[in-house]
Amino acid sequence: MSDTHAQTVAFVRETEIPPAPPPGRETGVYKWMRENLFSSIPNSVLTIVALALIYSLLSGTLPWLLNGVWNTSSLQECREVLDGQVGACFSVLTERWNQLLYGFKYPIDPAYESPFMQYWRPNLALLLLLIALAPVLFFDLPRKLLAFTAVYPFIAFWLIWGGSILVPIVALLGFVAAGVVFQKYGKGSFAVGFFGGILAAIVVWNVGGFLIPEGASENAMLAAVPSRDLGGFMLNMMLGVTCVSLSVPLGIALALGRQSTMPLIKWICVVFIEFVRGVPLITLLFVASVMLSYFFPPDATVDLFLRVVIMITLFSSAYIAEVIRGGLAALPNGQYEAADSLGLDYPQAMRLIILPQALKISIPGIVNVAVGLFKDTTLVSVISMFDLVGMIRGPILASTEWNGVYWELLGFAAFLFFVVCYGISQYSQWLERRLATDHR
Amino acid sequence: MSTLTDPPKEQFQLSMLVNDTRYRSLTFQAIAALVLALAIWYLGNNLIQNLRAAGLNISYNFLGDPSGYDINQRLVEYDSQSSHARAALVGVLNTLLVSVLACITATIFGVIAGVLRLSNNWLVSKLMAVYVEIFRNIPVLIWIIIIFTIMTAVMPGPREFRGDNATSSMVLDLFAFTNRGVYIPMPWFETGLFASATMNWLLVIATLVGSFFVMRKVENNATKTQEETGIRPNTKWIALGVWLVPLVLLLFLMGLSWEVPALKGFNFSGGIKIGGPLIALWFALSIYTGAFIAENVRAGIQAINKGQTEAAAALGLRPGRIMNLVVLPQALRVIIPPLISNFLNITKNSSLAIAVGYADITATLGGITLNQTGRAIECVLLLMLFYLTASLTISMVMNVYNASVKLKER
Repeated sequence: MSDTHAQTVAFVRETEIPPAPPPGRETGVYKWMRENLFSSIPNSVLTIVALALIYSLLSGTLPWLLNGVWNTSSLQECREVLDGQVGACFSVLTERWNQLLYGFKYPIDPAYESPFMQYWRPNLALLLLLIALAPVLFFDLPRKLLAFTAVYPFIAFWLIWGGSILVPIVALLGFVAAGVVFQKYGKGSFAVGFFGGILAAIVVWNVGGFLIPEGASENAMLAAVPSRDLGGFMLNMMLGVTCVSLSVPLGIALALGRQSTMPLIKWICVVFIEFVRGVPLITLLFVASVMLSYFFPPDATVDLFLRVVIMITLFSSAYIAEVIRGGLAALPNGQYEAADSLGLDYPQAMRLIILPQALKISIPGIVNVAVGLFKDTTLVSVISMFDLVGMIRGPILASTEWNGVYWELLGFAAFLFFVVCYGISQYSQWLERRLATDHR
Repeated sequence: MSTLTDPPKEQFQLSMLVNDTRYRSLTFQAIAALVLALAIWYLGNNLIQNLRAAGLNISYNFLGDPSGYDINQRLVEYDSQSSHARAALVGVLNTLLVSVLACITATIFGVIAGVLRLSNNWLVSKLMAVYVEIFRNIPVLIWIIIIFTIMTAVMPGPREFRGDNATSSMVLDLFAFTNRGVYIPMPWFETGLFASATMNWLLVIATLVGSFFVMRKVENNATKTQEETGIRPNTKWIALGVWLVPLVLLLFLMGLSWEVPALKGFNFSGGIKIGGPLIALWFALSIYTGAFIAENVRAGIQAINKGQTEAAAALGLRPGRIMNLVVLPQALRVIIPPLISNFLNITKNSSLAIAVGYADITATLGGITLNQTGRAIECVLLLMLFYLTASLTISMVMNVYNASVKLKER
């Protein structure tokens, strides 16, 4: 039966029909545009408005950017070259780049021909900074590199400020002595090791201070540079790096203090943190510039750079303390109890159990504070320090050659800050993904 | 039978101050108190010695002396014969003015940018991402200077509005954008009910407040009806009437008219003048902080579980109502705490006014007054006290609000 039936069917398809191509309006660019740009009437309106906005922005800036003049020596010359056309006078950057980056008083090394090499000291310091930061930022690198990170501050100090090499060496020796004492006695009791270390460092610094000869800085290998000669973007970088690295340990101490069960210590930390977070940085900078010198001994002269570093460090340590407190609060109570049940005392529990986890949680927050702090270093221009913004508003715009070049200079400053801050925030996001060890 | 005896009383020994955890915290606190007292004594001693050497003393009497400088942008009467305290008051009001204005506009910018960043429209969401990244990663001081430069160097001078072949003209014949500031029309009353303009404006505000309370009553009644019958009476037209009728009547009665700025001689006169520094500060703080708020708004909306939206859609709510009734009330809880800290940041960042010459408290008390009198310690302390009070007040008010919208759990 089935055979005869089979013969009545004239055609049986043995292969599958190849899928027909989708209709033209469902593929490619057309579909993408319809879904993403013109899915509804309000969306289409938005798209058209956005396009108009982008067009007006680009048509305003592109001719100006592309028609830029790069090699004149004053605004007047630049205007003559442009001859009434729209164009930027980027020659202010090619002529004054050194002032923008290093300040207008930083000494150059006449031994070199190329202007870049004349500033080899800050340049080398920056290069070494990248090397020193690498093991801190990327955990995969060999841990031995951290040794270089530990020595870096002293090398950088010597490179940038110059003077006698004995000063950073004595400073380094003090820290080494403190480290040795802590290693020896810290095992038994944290407090003994800690305070013993501080004592050892003070002894070494005082002895070393006597050993450094009086005029050692005058005829040193690297010419000594007073702090007031630092400036430009270098000053922003130095303030940012110094203050962030100093304020992290201080912030940890404040956060632990705020968590403490001892009422006195807790309240000292709470009052400090809330006070600093309640006032703007600019008032603290005023304190640094006009008020802080009243609190030092009458014969001490603490230079402005150091006073600013102190105030900015105190400022950012309060913010970092709040971030770390968040990290500490996020740890489950079981971690504290587990540490206690293992018989660890407070310093051990913190060092081995609590802080490694709490800091890991707070790293993105700390990076955010660091970015904000780096941006805030521009405020020092208000107390007449010549950082990047201070250089632009002060010596460069006031000079007869470049009076009136606003956009090129401000754009350059904005560009530099954008590159650094965007870079750091991208790193922070990468780190956050790296550190997300849960929910794999 | 054995009797229970007290355990032998432990003798207190000095070593227990270090080794016994019960007493050790006392030792630490005693040491901390000692160190603190020593530090305060050391700093105070230095201060006294330095002040004596410089022949100074701490005194706030200078606040009563005539200040001797002028302030352009002011909300209260002030001239160069007024006292330093009066100058500080002008500064305080200016700080509050720019902070309030910037908080409002920053919230508007931030909410728009945050919502648009989640839009289905690829171009718009990318554009908003670019806005957020660019404005967040460049210091606010640079933005203030850039906008101030636009206001002073790019805007036309008043004389370019003059003559038959003027190169600039007023927008809609009402607003004048010049390099000396922006001039906008000023409303005033021809036949006010009171002699002073302030009282007339207070009357207008009182009317609006009255309308608000009447409207709340109407809404409450509507809710009650809805709960009883399930049908909400339409209150749209009542709302229109309650808000508009008394206001229009009052304004008509008092003869509202507008004083339009006009070119007189070398400058504009009439209308309200908003100075370039105020606009620079206001606008820069708004777009800068707006970028941060946009990120908070985006995070808040994304934090709402998708199931909430789907459940609301399953109940038959339209997209607009899903947003208003389900997503936003929950997202607000996530958005408000960071919003508070952004408002605090605006208030604190408004101290950057000193960079563009806007006379806020930092520029008057911490700038000119400090330089003229040399009373650094007193001025800086007063300045800090003001900002501390402002910050604590804002965070207190916002915390109360935050508590009122908090998730009510059993």
